[in-house]
Amino acid sequence: MSSDVIVETQSKPRYSQAVRTSFWFVIVALVCLLFSDISITTQDPWTELKRMGWGIITPNFLDYRTILEALVQTIAFALVGVALGAGGGFILAQFFHIGIVRWACAFVRAIHEIFWALIFLQMLGLTPLTGLLAIGIPYAGICAKVYAETLEEADLRAEKAVPGGSGLLSTFFYARLPEVWAHIVHYTSYRFECGLRSSAVLGFIGMPTLGFHLESAFGEGNYSDAAALLIAFYILIVTLRFWMRGRLLWLYLLAAPLFLTGGSEIKLTNIVRFLTSDIVPAPLRIGDFSGFVDWIVSMFQTQVLPGVFATVILTQIALVMTAFLALVLFPLISEKFFGQFGRSIGHVFLVIVRSTPEFILAYIFLQLWGPSMLPAIVALSLHNGAIIGHLMGRYSNEILLRPDHGKGLNLYGYEIVPRIYGQFLAFLFYRWEVIMRETAILGILGIATLGFFVDSAIADIRLDRAMFLIFITAILNIGIDIISRKLRARLRINQTVEAV
Amino acid sequence: MKTRRLYTGFVVALAALAWVAIGNPTAANAQAKEFVFTAIPDQDETQLRKRFNKIADYLSKELGIKVKYIPVKSYAAAVTAFRNGEVHLAWFGGLSGVRARSLVDGSVAIAQGFEDKSFETYFIAHASSGLKPADSFPKEIAGKTFTFGSKGSTSGRLMPEFHIRENLKKAPEEVFSKVGFSGNHSKTIALVQSGAYQVGAVNFKVWEKELKAGKIDESKVQVIWRTPPYPDYQWTIRGDVEKTWQAGFVDRVKNALLNMKDKELLDSFPRSSFIPASNSDYQPIKDVAKEIKLIDD
Repeated sequence: MSSDVIVETQSKPRYSQAVRTSFWFVIVALVCLLFSDISITTQDPWTELKRMGWGIITPNFLDYRTILEALVQTIAFALVGVALGAGGGFILAQFFHIGIVRWACAFVRAIHEIFWALIFLQMLGLTPLTGLLAIGIPYAGICAKVYAETLEEADLRAEKAVPGGSGLLSTFFYARLPEVWAHIVHYTSYRFECGLRSSAVLGFIGMPTLGFHLESAFGEGNYSDAAALLIAFYILIVTLRFWMRGRLLWLYLLAAPLFLTGGSEIKLTNIVRFLTSDIVPAPLRIGDFSGFVDWIVSMFQTQVLPGVFATVILTQIALVMTAFLALVLFPLISEKFFGQFGRSIGHVFLVIVRSTPEFILAYIFLQLWGPSMLPAIVALSLHNGAIIGHLMGRYSNEILLRPDHGKGLNLYGYEIVPRIYGQFLAFLFYRWEVIMRETAILGILGIATLGFFVDSAIADIRLDRAMFLIFITAILNIGIDIISRKLRARLRINQTVEAV
Repeated sequence: MKTRRLYTGFVVALAALAWVAIGNPTAANAQAKEFVFTAIPDQDETQLRKRFNKIADYLSKELGIKVKYIPVKSYAAAVTAFRNGEVHLAWFGGLSGVRARSLVDGSVAIAQGFEDKSFETYFIAHASSGLKPADSFPKEIAGKTFTFGSKGSTSGRLMPEFHIRENLKKAPEEVFSKVGFSGNHSKTIALVQSGAYQVGAVNFKVWEKELKAGKIDESKVQVIWRTPPYPDYQWTIRGDVEKTWQAGFVDRVKNALLNMKDKELLDSFPRSSFIPASNSDYQPIKDVAKEIKLIDD
């Protein structure tokens, strides 16, 4: 009897590969938890938290002109930036089978928009072009990947029916593209929402978008002003589908460049200096090759290794927390679980959680719990959990249920979750590298991630170090990309997902 | 149809880029003759904007040219804008000024606030830390959690780090159980007041201002040590302004700053007056920055 059981378990594992993969991720996160530092040390957070709470219930819209102007700028930067990214990405997607293109795309999207902006700030100053390229370049890399994968999976029947002798272009535009057009449009519109967030965040480093004023108001403790800006941003995102419509888009795109402001002329000398001198490691600038070796060694010892360690630990824990939160949050906007009214509330809640910049979440939790990895983990996983929850909720709406399906927890546990689990993992794997990039911007918590060291190098105007660390970050990111691609292939998860 | 839409989209995007890249030509021309300055964002930025817009008006009247203030988001951005020639004049801290002048040949420190000759950093601590005010460096801060201000700040980073290393013979990461960078002085105060960090280092002017404004509860957070004085903020100007405006322009700007008597303007800094400054006044800052390796030799 016992031998029967053994044979049975060997030939047919009890758990699916997806579940076992998830299990391993949880194990890794638990191990990381051992190395992380999570402690609660605060004394009396309530004074500050009360002030914040008071700010939220008394938003100050008096300075509505600043808010409106910032909103217009945020939209304008997002529109033109995403258009550049989508256009560039579409062209690159055609060449995505070429190794170098694929690598280049992986490389550019591995660098956080903030870092792109900091790089262009050195060359182009506070010109609109800095902000546009900071969005456009990484988005081109992301769009290229998703468009290429979408095109690859297109239904080829139409293409096969095209008469022989038709040109490549005609075949592409009349037989291949229409098959996937809806998906591309859908994805690009999702990208636009991300673009709005990116655009807002670029304000933190000086673009005239929402983040500019938000960071000021928040930094100074003017929480009523900060609340007004945040509320305006939430409304912008919630109403997105009402004002972002097909035909209007072209009107917006034509108008947007007129609104981009700020900055002075672009000087070629600054660009040349940055490329030929600033980013060259300091010892090499004076031709000191042995000094260069020391430089590399010291960079690895003092920044790269500790930075990679902290980054990976934080990322893995936040990833698993994100997964749990997403699983809890997605029913809030799913037709399978809530009626119209409940879903509306769910939508608003998810918009608030995913549109509040992580550094604000991190600051709130820092006040609550004191400095450790805890505020970072919670801030990252709330933000990303709400994004994946949103995508999963939408995805779950497309599931067709049998008439005799279960209800409540049974429906959740035995029907919906198992059926969307593959997609859920795919969303997570895509989000994995994003979470890693986002660990970069939590210096206030004193966690020495790679991003923390990049930020320090830029603060010290040591651009050679900054570029070196950005390069390392990009490589780490590409590593994650490779692992997640392998995992997706092994789990045979649908490749074309939208959550990058 | 779809193809056309896609192409239209792409053409529009390219056109937009071109437009931006060329940068609305009329605007660029108007800017060419404009005298532009910036300031490090060391505190309340809404206040900074009000303050420096008034300074722009004042300078414009005194110099008889168009003067504009542009706000930036970080110390590094202020230095970069100065280096790249986006701004001609800047209100820097000690360290950012040293950095900016070493990057731009011919740039000079022309004026500082009366108080900047002998600026101070206050070490502040939360009541629960058990730390008490003292005249000598409080060595008991070792092992506590600690926050600096901005990474590029003189009073919030450079000087406190210098004294920590000097007295405890170790890097801050080794001295404290946690080291954070709050971003600015106001946040440092808020974070120590709530006990999120036990100890912090703050610009004494900002501390006094917030104390006066009633934002500080001294039963929760108090000053435990004051650093010896050091030179801090100053106005620094690019040498090449004399090419755009005529020779002697640097002195004209300097005189305009030194002659600023409007109490309201001065209070907004807050400084009692501006006095002459020179690059060599900041040699001590440069030495300290080199010593703790915040700038290269």
